[in-house]
Amino acid sequence: MSAPAAALNLAPLLEVRNCCKSFRKPDGDDLVVLENVNLTLRPGEIVGLLGRSGSGKSTLLRAIAGLDEPTGGVVDYLGKPVSGPAPGIAMVFQSFALFPWLTVLENVQLGLEALGVPEPEMRKRSLQAIDLIGLDGFESAYPRELSGGMRQRVGFARALVVHPNLLLMDEPFSALDVLTAETLRNDFLDLWGEGQLPIKAVLLVTHNIEEAVQMCDRMLIFSIHPGRVVSELSVDLPHPRHSEDPRFRALVDRVYVEMTAKPRTEHRAGAKGERFVGTGIGTRLTHVSSNVLQGLLEAVSEPPYNGKADLPVIAQEGRLEVDDLFPAAEALQLLRFVEVERGDIRLTEAGLEFTRLDTDDRKKLFARHLITYVPLAAHVRRVLDERASHAAPRSRFFDELEDYMNEDAAEETLRTIVSWGRYGEVFAYDDHRQVFSLENPA
Amino acid sequence: MRLERVPISVLTTRYVPGWWDVLAFLLVFVFFIYAAQAAHGLSGSLAGLEATPISLQPSALVGYSARTALRMLIAMVASLVFTFTYATLAAKSRRAEVILVPLLDFLQSVPILGFSLTLLFFLRLTPGRVAGAEMAAIFLIFTSQAWNMAFSFYHSLRSIPDELVEVARNFQLSPWMRFWRLEVPFGMPALIWNMMMSMSGGWFFVTVSEAITVGNTTITLPGVGSYIMLAIQHKDLAAIGWAILAMLIVIIIFDQLLFRPLVASADWFRLEQESGFTSTHSWALTMMRRSRLLQLVAAAFAALLHAGMKPRMAVASVPRRSSARRTRQLDYLWYALLLLVGLGALWRIAGFVMGAVRLGEIGYVIVLGFITLLRVAVLIALASLIWVPIGVWIGMRPRVANIAQPIAQILAAFPANLLFPIVVSAVVMLKLAPDIWLSPLMILGTQWYILFNVIAGASAIAPDLRYAGENLGVRGWLWWRRVGLPAVFPFYITGAITASGGSWNASIVAEVATWGSQTLTAHGLGAYISQATAAGDFQRIVLGTVVLSLFVVTLNRVFWRPLYARAERKFRIS
Repeated sequence: MSAPAAALNLAPLLEVRNCCKSFRKPDGDDLVVLENVNLTLRPGEIVGLLGRSGSGKSTLLRAIAGLDEPTGGVVDYLGKPVSGPAPGIAMVFQSFALFPWLTVLENVQLGLEALGVPEPEMRKRSLQAIDLIGLDGFESAYPRELSGGMRQRVGFARALVVHPNLLLMDEPFSALDVLTAETLRNDFLDLWGEGQLPIKAVLLVTHNIEEAVQMCDRMLIFSIHPGRVVSELSVDLPHPRHSEDPRFRALVDRVYVEMTAKPRTEHRAGAKGERFVGTGIGTRLTHVSSNVLQGLLEAVSEPPYNGKADLPVIAQEGRLEVDDLFPAAEALQLLRFVEVERGDIRLTEAGLEFTRLDTDDRKKLFARHLITYVPLAAHVRRVLDERASHAAPRSRFFDELEDYMNEDAAEETLRTIVSWGRYGEVFAYDDHRQVFSLENPA
Repeated sequence: MRLERVPISVLTTRYVPGWWDVLAFLLVFVFFIYAAQAAHGLSGSLAGLEATPISLQPSALVGYSARTALRMLIAMVASLVFTFTYATLAAKSRRAEVILVPLLDFLQSVPILGFSLTLLFFLRLTPGRVAGAEMAAIFLIFTSQAWNMAFSFYHSLRSIPDELVEVARNFQLSPWMRFWRLEVPFGMPALIWNMMMSMSGGWFFVTVSEAITVGNTTITLPGVGSYIMLAIQHKDLAAIGWAILAMLIVIIIFDQLLFRPLVASADWFRLEQESGFTSTHSWALTMMRRSRLLQLVAAAFAALLHAGMKPRMAVASVPRRSSARRTRQLDYLWYALLLLVGLGALWRIAGFVMGAVRLGEIGYVIVLGFITLLRVAVLIALASLIWVPIGVWIGMRPRVANIAQPIAQILAAFPANLLFPIVVSAVVMLKLAPDIWLSPLMILGTQWYILFNVIAGASAIAPDLRYAGENLGVRGWLWWRRVGLPAVFPFYITGAITASGGSWNASIVAEVATWGSQTLTAHGLGAYISQATAAGDFQRIVLGTVVLSLFVVTLNRVFWRPLYARAERKFRIS
């Protein structure tokens, strides 16, 4: 297994310095998705990029693969700047990205064909890779005939067959069910540990904390909006690692603490929303259904937690991925129903009260908090109150939001406010006419 | 399977036509003016080209069918070549895209007779006149097939999932390999459906493409189309019957030997991996897959492709992009060039309009356009009233649908001319107004698109949705209002758009009907173009074609586009 100490002596395989990526917003400002990321990858390492969706980790991976161009900074592979897809860097995709019209064998051969490897050698190497990854017998199958796990095995074989130095993995297990993912991960780690894989280093993008702890020698933890490396943790546990191991649990806890360490700046803007209307309505919201919000509040209020819970524990109990749990926790924090700190989630007075109320009163309390603490909701309501027609087109708010964020973020923010506003019965929205109003069908 | 053949002007994201549309329009306009003027110069020298005598003997039909089928196949190959080049260029080059896409939109709306202007060009091109005439006929068929195929492929190229593109880039596939390994297979299913519809379009205009008259130049090429025309002139009902039979046989052969295998193999290319196997069966495909001989042919073809998939050059990190400034300069240069071309075209058009067309004439043609518009609107409404309920009924019964789909497909291919005997006789005998009673001919071939799509929509209603309806006791009119009609609405809109566009083009054969010596004419833009073509009046052909094309594109933008967008938004379940 790779000893990080030994790795330090080797020349880096990959060096990323001050990598930035931003997009131009309609108003001409730049929207930063990736900010000053530094990363060094040495032979023998598995490094994880851990973060929620929107943290730019996939963007970074694509920049390294030469599929996307950073707007600033340098990506050096073997000492030379990456300026396009480079031989020696292969990628495994979340959605498998197999060509459905090619058989397993043809899919695996694709990269070799592009390299112009002669037919007999191509065949030999492909069959070896297929064999190695546990696909023998399936050579002539089409992807549609395979289960998800087998498809991803084809994805791995296709990447390994070209003997890359560096294997990039973009959430390779997240489209699989828990058991299949576990099996595939272990198989991969076994092959890696035995030195059977023709690769020198692995870069793994994931939002699954346990997966990162299980697989990586090092983890870089990303914040979101903008994506930035907030901390780096090394994992010194020997393989095979067991998730029940207390040291394993302690590391998982630490990651949660790191990931909740910094309260997001937007929230503070939200609190002062009344005074700074201009910045307040520009708070980006992540859509979380009111069902999930209620469910989380109830789960935390009930024994054994009684109002205070460890986030990793809740995540495991509720089978929530970080991409579900963190936005929900943050939304509740924004609404002042919980406080999140150091990997813990604690109900506020209002949060406790919420769980005791019946449906109608819950809605009323929710509405009160929504108007008070979410400036955009207050803004929409105020506009509707002021207008004689008590109606306003969606585009009005959409255009306002676009001054603060890109189109997709504005879409999602509006979708969130519609969903929450409907739940709290603060306003109504007609998607057909794309109009906000105060009418209630009731 | 929903038959996508929606014109670009419906799918466009912009509501208001932009400068690119204007430029595209000018280019199409000026092309026809040039063609007209060239034709004018040539017509004299070629006058009196002898028509090949056509025999009405049923036995002659065997040869005629073969020749017609061959022409269609050659045109189809030409359309494929056009598709692969034009659509690829449009999808790959940002600079080419801005003009090629609107151009395709206008070309799609030009009626087939508009292209007959090129006839004399082809005759001039080749010393042997028959070869030239054959080329002209094939070109006309091509113009009724190529545009929607090209657009379908362009659309596919633009919607290849990002990950697949990234795989291709990650493994550094050469452009050639990427084209055959990724782009063509991905575009195949949509392209095959469009090929089938194009074939129907080709049959529908078979008489127009084989018996071409421009002014005093008449060409009759041996084929089913010419046979039908002659049978109509001679009022030979038996011959019409034979022609129908011959067409039916050829269409069925095409269906069984060409399209069914293609459709069945297209299922292979479908991306939704979850959907599993669809039920398209083709005995011919099974036969071909098992045939040693055909396997050899396929292997040879694959080897040929493979030879083209040369490994990329030794990869030195080639700088990926030229500098931003350089790119911008090239952009300016390109746009300046297009602007110049546009201005030139405008100048030419101004000259043409001033010189040859009176303002009153333009007004008159526009009025004719509105008459045809009224006809199209009423007919689409009537066809919808009839076919939507029937289509839903059929679609809910898979066994009936399996029988009805191919029948409707064959009916879509039948030329309107075949109904001339009945319609003309009826109108004359009952002293009916041609302006009203010729109209149904327009929708003869196109109404089936409504039926196809509604059947497809109704069979796609999720079983759970139907059970829920039954469970709640939703019946009768309530069922139609809440379940049936909303479920098929997006499909219906697609069908209606296709039917409407097709009806405009069909107006050129439907507004003038001949049976023996009797010719009935309805007022309308189609009749105007037909008469102008028969008289060899080039200015009028250009004027009529351009106005018709403007009508169709405007209608697509202003009427169909919002409806389509709304159907896509409101009734999509996801």
